[in-house]
Amino acid sequence: MLTIKNLHAEVEGKKILKGINLEINKGEMHAIMGPNGSGKSSLASVLAGRDNYTVTEGEVWFNGKNLLDLSPEDRAREGVFLAFQYPVEIPGVSNLNFLKTALNEIRAYKGLPALEAREFLKLTKEKQQLVDFHSNLMNRSLNEGFSGGEKKRNEIFQLAMLDPQLAILDETDSGLDIDALRIVSSGVNKLRDAEKSFVVITHYQRLLEYIIPDFVHVLYNGRIIKTGTKELALELEERGYDWLKEELHLKESV
Amino acid sequence: MTSDMILPFYQALTADVTALAAQVTVPSTDAVQSIRRKALERFTAMGLPTLKTEAWRYSNIQRYLKEFPYELLNNAAPVAPTVAQQAAIPELDCYRVVLVNGHLQADQSTLPEGKGITIGAMSAYADAPGFVTYFNQQHHLETESLAQLNTALFADGLYIELAANTVLDRPIHVIHVYSCTAHSFIQPRHLWVLNRNAAATIIESSVHPETTAVAFANSVVETVVQENAELWHYCVQQGEDSFREVSTTAAQQFKDSRYHHFSVTLPGTPFTRNNTSVALNGSHTETNLNGLYITNKHQHVDNHTFMDHIMPDCNSNELYKGVLLDDSNGVFTGKILVHQEAQKTNAFQQNNNLLLGSKADINSQPQLEIYADDVKCSHGFTAGQFSEESMFYLRSRGIGEEAAKALMVNAFSHDITDAIHVPALQHFLQEQIAEIMNN
Ligand SMILES: Nc1ncnc2c1ncn2[C@@H]1O[C@H](COP(=O)(O)OP(=O)(O)OP(=O)(O)O)[C@@H](O)[C@H]1O
Ligand SMILES: [Mg+2]
Repeated sequence: MLTIKNLHAEVEGKKILKGINLEINKGEMHAIMGPNGSGKSSLASVLAGRDNYTVTEGEVWFNGKNLLDLSPEDRAREGVFLAFQYPVEIPGVSNLNFLKTALNEIRAYKGLPALEAREFLKLTKEKQQLVDFHSNLMNRSLNEGFSGGEKKRNEIFQLAMLDPQLAILDETDSGLDIDALRIVSSGVNKLRDAEKSFVVITHYQRLLEYIIPDFVHVLYNGRIIKTGTKELALELEERGYDWLKEELHLKESV
Repeated sequence: MTSDMILPFYQALTADVTALAAQVTVPSTDAVQSIRRKALERFTAMGLPTLKTEAWRYSNIQRYLKEFPYELLNNAAPVAPTVAQQAAIPELDCYRVVLVNGHLQADQSTLPEGKGITIGAMSAYADAPGFVTYFNQQHHLETESLAQLNTALFADGLYIELAANTVLDRPIHVIHVYSCTAHSFIQPRHLWVLNRNAAATIIESSVHPETTAVAFANSVVETVVQENAELWHYCVQQGEDSFREVSTTAAQQFKDSRYHHFSVTLPGTPFTRNNTSVALNGSHTETNLNGLYITNKHQHVDNHTFMDHIMPDCNSNELYKGVLLDDSNGVFTGKILVHQEAQKTNAFQQNNNLLLGSKADINSQPQLEIYADDVKCSHGFTAGQFSEESMFYLRSRGIGEEAAKALMVNAFSHDITDAIHVPALQHFLQEQIAEIMNN
């Protein structure tokens, strides 16, 4: 579904991604871990099309299409979704109106008619329950004055509404209390199916107890330096990243 | 000014105003005639504003007056009802007043009736008590030469007086039709008086049906909001390409009164100047001046406001927001004068702009003159583009760039549109904004 080949990207002249290779197939759950500043959010941004990143080398293919050629909106319409690490507040844009616009623009791209008001409301109700998203937040301005946890829940609620093929969750677990973490994870698990894939970026093994990954990757200094299964996350939790960095230096000095 | 151009009205204005004044007869009580004569003297002494006139530094009115050979137009030929209908606001349950070049069209109007309501042509009410007391009494008019010109040469307009305790059950929609067959300079004059505890909502719109004959309106509305009265006053400006306008609103407020003024200028008219001034003649008043201008092409919109805090314990809040597209130009001047006696004044002013066109430009200047020591006053100004973060967020959800911009402009203007207390008007303007942004 998604193939990343030797991806290099920089921001403001600074090299951030230095040759990422990653293959994600339908139905898979990938976790990406790694120290602060290693480039996890940058990778997510490049995939979503944030334009202050310049791709200097490499390719990204999504369902046979060159993802890097598409505008951010077309990537979303093709089925890529990014749950932001820091969702922005947009005063004056109502959550509901925003979602309706997004949903209908995606539908129009696929040649589908706009959802009728009743269908839209029905869908909204259903998805709201999935992530236990308070209905009084729906009529408020987009993320304005939302608590950290409410913002994260809103990201997952949007994910549920827009129903993408590939969802990238950037530290959706940070800022969530234990109950919210359980609710959000179970929401994500309900959305999982054989056609959809997920990339969860996290610092905590705890999340991966709820959302069991098929693969765990370690990103360090703009590169994936190790890939394993869920046991790798446990090991990282115990040992931190230093042993990996050492391994890497040993390898590189050879 | 080039000599081979034919500029009958402009030349007459600068040469022989008295001859023009002789053409104007109504309304013709002695008191009115004497006020007109004085206004004419003042206008002659001041002359038309130039770029050297402080209040007109950024709006070259002379250029616009010389643009076409305007004739002074005082009368009105009949206009089909379908013309006023163009300004109708869907779903708005209201009374309707249709004026053609300032002249009331009774057959096209649905006037409010009942005890305490006086409404009709200015020419018919020149000796009404409200007229006698308040006509041309808002002293800010004295320093504005175009307002003096209006006083000297106006033909007619709309007079409204609500007696004490009279509360209108529906808004009055005043539709100004400006109709002419040659390029015309048209000067309506209105006076709206709300006596003690009265309340009303008045919405103004305008239509200029002709596309080849250009109409230049120089209108003046005086409003009086007496003790504990409340006036909601909306001005919707969606003029045509063949329309130019200088619109002066001069309000007087008395003790415990509330005045909410909205000026919404949308694309269309190349030149708009709004003079909005409020004199606070009583304490414990509330004033809200709200402005929204969304401009495109080579449009020039100048909002010139004056909050005159004469008495203590008054609150004023001024918020003007602009979205400037293409090569359009905005000017905002916010004068706040707090007199020495006006202790415990709260006067706030804010002007925020989105500069979206490559050559769009805004000139904004607060002018605070504060002579009292126990006051809270503030002003602020911003001019910027869309936040990139917000745009990316919206686009990452599948919303196209244009639709995202429309959402953002709606969001930017929401504190103005949200304050509109007539739902049909609010909805209408939101739709208009969305439509402008989608084109
Ligand atoms: N606009 C920018 N200008 C300059 N440097 C940037 C910019 N954006 C990101 N960076 C840098 O890129 C590097 C990678 O940042 P990124 O946000 O991808 O890290 P991360 O792995 O997500 O970290 P965290 O775990 O703290 O979220 C950091 O060194 C960061 O400072
Ligand atoms: Mg990050």
